[in-house]
Amino acid sequence: MPDVTFKVFRGDAKGGQAIDYPVPIAPGMVVLDALHYIQGYLAPDLAVRWNCKAAKCGSCSAEVNGKPALMCKTRLDSLPTGRPITVYPMKTFPVIKDLVCDVSWNYDVNKKIPPYRPAKDGRKIYQEDVDRVQEFRKCIECFLCQDVCHVLREHEKKAEFAGPRFFVRLAGLEMHPNDITDRSEFLKNSSGLGLCNITKCCTEVCPEEIHITDNAIIPLKERVADRFFDPLRWVFAKIFGRK
Amino acid sequence: MEKTVAPAAMVKFGTTQRKDAWWAAPTATVAVLTLFVIYSMVRAFENNYYIAGPYLSPFYSPLLLFDWWPLSPAFLILWAPAGFRFTCYYYRKAYYRAYAAHPFACAVGEPHRDYQGETKLFLFQNLHRFFLYAAVVVLFFLWHDVIKAFSFGGHFGMGFGTLVLLVNTVLLSGYTFSCHSFRHFVGGNVDCFSCAKAGRVRFKLWKGVSSINEHHMLWAWTSLFAVMAADLYVRLVACGAIHDLRIF
Ligand code: SF4
Ligand code: SF4
Ligand code: FES
Ligand code: FES
Repeated sequence: MPDVTFKVFRGDAKGGQAIDYPVPIAPGMVVLDALHYIQGYLAPDLAVRWNCKAAKCGSCSAEVNGKPALMCKTRLDSLPTGRPITVYPMKTFPVIKDLVCDVSWNYDVNKKIPPYRPAKDGRKIYQEDVDRVQEFRKCIECFLCQDVCHVLREHEKKAEFAGPRFFVRLAGLEMHPNDITDRSEFLKNSSGLGLCNITKCCTEVCPEEIHITDNAIIPLKERVADRFFDPLRWVFAKIFGRK
Repeated sequence: MEKTVAPAAMVKFGTTQRKDAWWAAPTATVAVLTLFVIYSMVRAFENNYYIAGPYLSPFYSPLLLFDWWPLSPAFLILWAPAGFRFTCYYYRKAYYRAYAAHPFACAVGEPHRDYQGETKLFLFQNLHRFFLYAAVVVLFFLWHDVIKAFSFGGHFGMGFGTLVLLVNTVLLSGYTFSCHSFRHFVGGNVDCFSCAKAGRVRFKLWKGVSSINEHHMLWAWTSLFAVMAADLYVRLVACGAIHDLRIF
């Protein structure tokens, strides 16, 4: 089998550069296999984070040929092999070493989300009540959506913007049939939902194929519009005394 | 916050490591949308050739002729579909990407640093639902036009123009009722379908709208082409450039 050149970023928070590694390829190989080959034969000190090699743990996120992707889910036969394949760490997060990033900012965002509070009536939950929410539970926290989102990647609004992964989580909580926390103020003022311009890059990269923009973000925007931007609803609520 | 140093610092427009044709789709969007806007403006200003036999151009429907209105009657109507499309969640994505380059394509450097998203000046996008209400009213008149397009001098008949108007109105209906705001309105705003009033019905409605909403982009483009084609057909028949083909 022919060799393919992998240009892999080597370095740390202070800086670094891409190094070329020739890797013999075999049918069925994924990018993570190539990196294991490099670790095994060419650069034993190469830092790569991975766990499951089954696209389920969300650890091996990186940028392959410039596109945020799971290395264990990116098959070499899906890439043009005539040219070198670039493998860089996620751009949006600080590099620790080589392909390993510090994603701890995400865990801090998570802590700010108003938590689930159940209604006290012990109501029964039916399938139709949880149909929507189940999609959001598929998230493997790979943070590829956070990486690609231009609000974070290009505009570095980490202080004001929770990012698509957390809109997915917020949507799951907001649409939960048994939850009674009101997050509309949080959504409008603290989560930065208005900064999202629904350009769908998050949806394009999600390895779990969660329809992040259509099913989580846009419905949340509609809920914010219900509460803050719909005078007809206010009139209706005044007349019929409903929220 | 510590800055990432690894990939090329993407401070310039178009900086990316992507190797595919990432510029192709937004370039095509600019071309097609610009063409559509120019065409519809020309036709709205033209103020002529919008009726041909039983056919009325969708750009002029419903036809509102008032003495006090000095401009083309199209302007009394076009604000509704134009506002509906301008504030549509799909078109927002398309023009934020293609015209504003925020971002031009995913993981590609942007030309301008300042970015406010849909806050401040763009808060008006939250009014999309009101344009939806207006678009539904216009749609009602377009269906009325389709029915009239089956009547030739009081006799039931069908011409090629009837088909053109019918296909256009079907596609516009698909576009209108696959709207995200409509999806929210029929059931998206319910948290607990099994406990809400008429919850089961709303769940079914929401499911139905969701299934067409998945293809909202397709409805958006096909209906855009259809409405342009329908207007062009009526115009060509009205000015005598072509003859309407009578089917029966
Ligand atoms: S749709 Fe919104 S959250 Fe998703 S990538 Fe685009 S701006 Fe970011
Ligand atoms: S939503 Fe998708 S892309 Fe984002 S963290 Fe979850 S699995 Fe990854
Ligand atoms: S190694 Fe677990 S997702 Fe790739
Ligand atoms: S979202 Fe496109 S028409 Fe409403």
